[in-house]
Amino acid sequence: MTTAVVEPASETSSILSRNRLMDALLRSLTRAAAIIVLVMLGGVIISLVDGALPAIKTFGFSFITTESWNPVTEKFGAAAPIYGTLVTAFIAMLIGVPISIGIAIFITELCPRWLKRPISTAIELLAGIPSIIYGIWGLFILAPLLQAYVQPALIATFENVPMLNNLFAGPPYGIGILTAALILSIMVLPFITSITRDVFETVPPMLKESAYGLGCTTWEVVRHIVLPYSKTGIIGGIMLGLGRALGETMAVTFVIGNAHRIHSSLLAPGTTISASIANEFTEADGVMYTSSLIALGLILFVITFIVLACARLLLARMKKSEGRHS
Amino acid sequence: MTAFRKTLTRVSLAVAGAAFSCAAMAADITGAGATFPYPIYSKWADAYKKETGVGLNYQSIGSGGGIKQIKAKTVTFGATDKPLKVEELEEMGAIQWPMVMGGVVPVINVKGVAPGQLVLDGKTLADIFQGRISKWNDAAIGKLNPGVTLPSKAIAVVHRADGSGTTFNFTYYLGQVSESWRVNVGVDQSVEWPTGIGGKGNEGVANMVTQTDGSIGYVEYAYAKQNKMTYTKMINKDGKTVSPDADAFAAAAANADWAKAKGFYLILANQPGANSWPMTAATFIVMYKKADKTEDSLAALKFFDWAYKNGGKMADELDYVPMPASVIDLVEKTWATNLKDASGAALWK
Repeated sequence: MTTAVVEPASETSSILSRNRLMDALLRSLTRAAAIIVLVMLGGVIISLVDGALPAIKTFGFSFITTESWNPVTEKFGAAAPIYGTLVTAFIAMLIGVPISIGIAIFITELCPRWLKRPISTAIELLAGIPSIIYGIWGLFILAPLLQAYVQPALIATFENVPMLNNLFAGPPYGIGILTAALILSIMVLPFITSITRDVFETVPPMLKESAYGLGCTTWEVVRHIVLPYSKTGIIGGIMLGLGRALGETMAVTFVIGNAHRIHSSLLAPGTTISASIANEFTEADGVMYTSSLIALGLILFVITFIVLACARLLLARMKKSEGRHS
Repeated sequence: MTAFRKTLTRVSLAVAGAAFSCAAMAADITGAGATFPYPIYSKWADAYKKETGVGLNYQSIGSGGGIKQIKAKTVTFGATDKPLKVEELEEMGAIQWPMVMGGVVPVINVKGVAPGQLVLDGKTLADIFQGRISKWNDAAIGKLNPGVTLPSKAIAVVHRADGSGTTFNFTYYLGQVSESWRVNVGVDQSVEWPTGIGGKGNEGVANMVTQTDGSIGYVEYAYAKQNKMTYTKMINKDGKTVSPDADAFAAAAANADWAKAKGFYLILANQPGANSWPMTAATFIVMYKKADKTEDSLAALKFFDWAYKNGGKMADELDYVPMPASVIDLVEKTWATNLKDASGAALWK
């Protein structure tokens, strides 16, 4: 700093102007990067809407409520893929979220130091496996196991339980909605786990130690200190996992059975939006067929948007109420 | 700084080199379409490249995709399992011709039933795939198989999940032999299946049938043979029981009258003849009549000509059936009269 004062005024101003130039450059470059995202998003929306227009015009709102998907007569309805997408994602979260949080709690609170590294690495590896590998594994390993042992047991167990016997009915194919949901739950696991673990680690040790000092059990510390402190982060992680579950294509199409039908049983084959698009797009001839598939894409876009919006809303609410408490 | 500049020079040289080698490789023939003939096209291309140095860049993206690509003129030829109708060809200003043949085969997984032991006819097959026959010990199946004991097991139908030329040929045959199939389900590369689960690709169907006890599916012959699957025999149009093999496909093809088929629009399903396999299928090449790039189109034709003349043995090895010599003659005559180069002169002499 002292040298700067000694330097002649002209040189100082040239440095300053250069700095200003650099700043301006940085600002415009980063702004351009941000604008590119918006432009691309806009482009995607416009092309989806434009491509889906023929289908929307022909089928109108009934597109969402019709189950039939008939390429021969070119009558298309998206009810089955929408149902499959929502149900598989929901079950995947039902299984994946508790396990993920359990892993995160174990790693941050209970795990011996030497085991921490291997478990964390294993989870990161799980995230790095390409989805096609999950699909092949699901089809060749998981599906036959489910078919031989798990599904017959489920059918036998719930045979005489009203409601549940509808959920677990019918020939055990090994593949179907439930298998797809199981694969998805494994796939969302690393995302939710690593984020929850990270937010658990941000809980101030002082708080936890005070609780322990008061004689709290580990469960009480987790329940009353760690979870409330990090709920915002957990919800963020869950939403990220949900986004993946909704959009996953390759692994799902291998194990879901790809049937455009809505069946009350979770063991029955179904389909999801992204699996339908991936399967049928290359062979879709005719304007209406292609357009209906693009309309499916638009619906998935809207569903994802709604999920994200809900998450945002939830987070905003929670922040507000926290503010009131303190 | 100098190190940086040196790297920069090196990189730009490398890029220029890559661009140059790309230009040198531009002689490659480009095509896109059906997945069914991909193994034989790539085998031919390999041998052809060794002989002539001209390579083939074939994207096996599906018949529908192939038609889209040729319409967009991003490739020199399109390949499809579902022949285009004459009107559609005329509208495009294109011609098509059959390149090689194969067969679609029903495959089953029933405990105690050996390959070729079970016999089905078209109507029974259509009823099974419509869910009208749902048990293996149904009287309709039993009547065709007096010596075979079949279990009282539910039939699990496995079909293709993706749109496919295989499905087109399979549903076309079912539509030929079953009125209710034609009316209720129809014929296309993908249809609204009344029952069953969808596997992705031939391998997906083959795998699902192998895994699921009591299942039935349909695959290309090569898949059934290579995976040693339990295929069924079929009763053909003449009422004779036939096994799926190259001879039966060739018999069906021999009966087909290509000379009378305008624009080579001919589907080989349900052909007459004592030895004809009822689900035989040809796969087609589509090209524009007027070549935008004479060189590229001529290179493609030379490859097809070479494959017709030298590719028969390779086709046999991969369980495809080469086109008969009479059909090849017919095809090359069509090239000579219909295909024009950029200046309007005949492309194939």
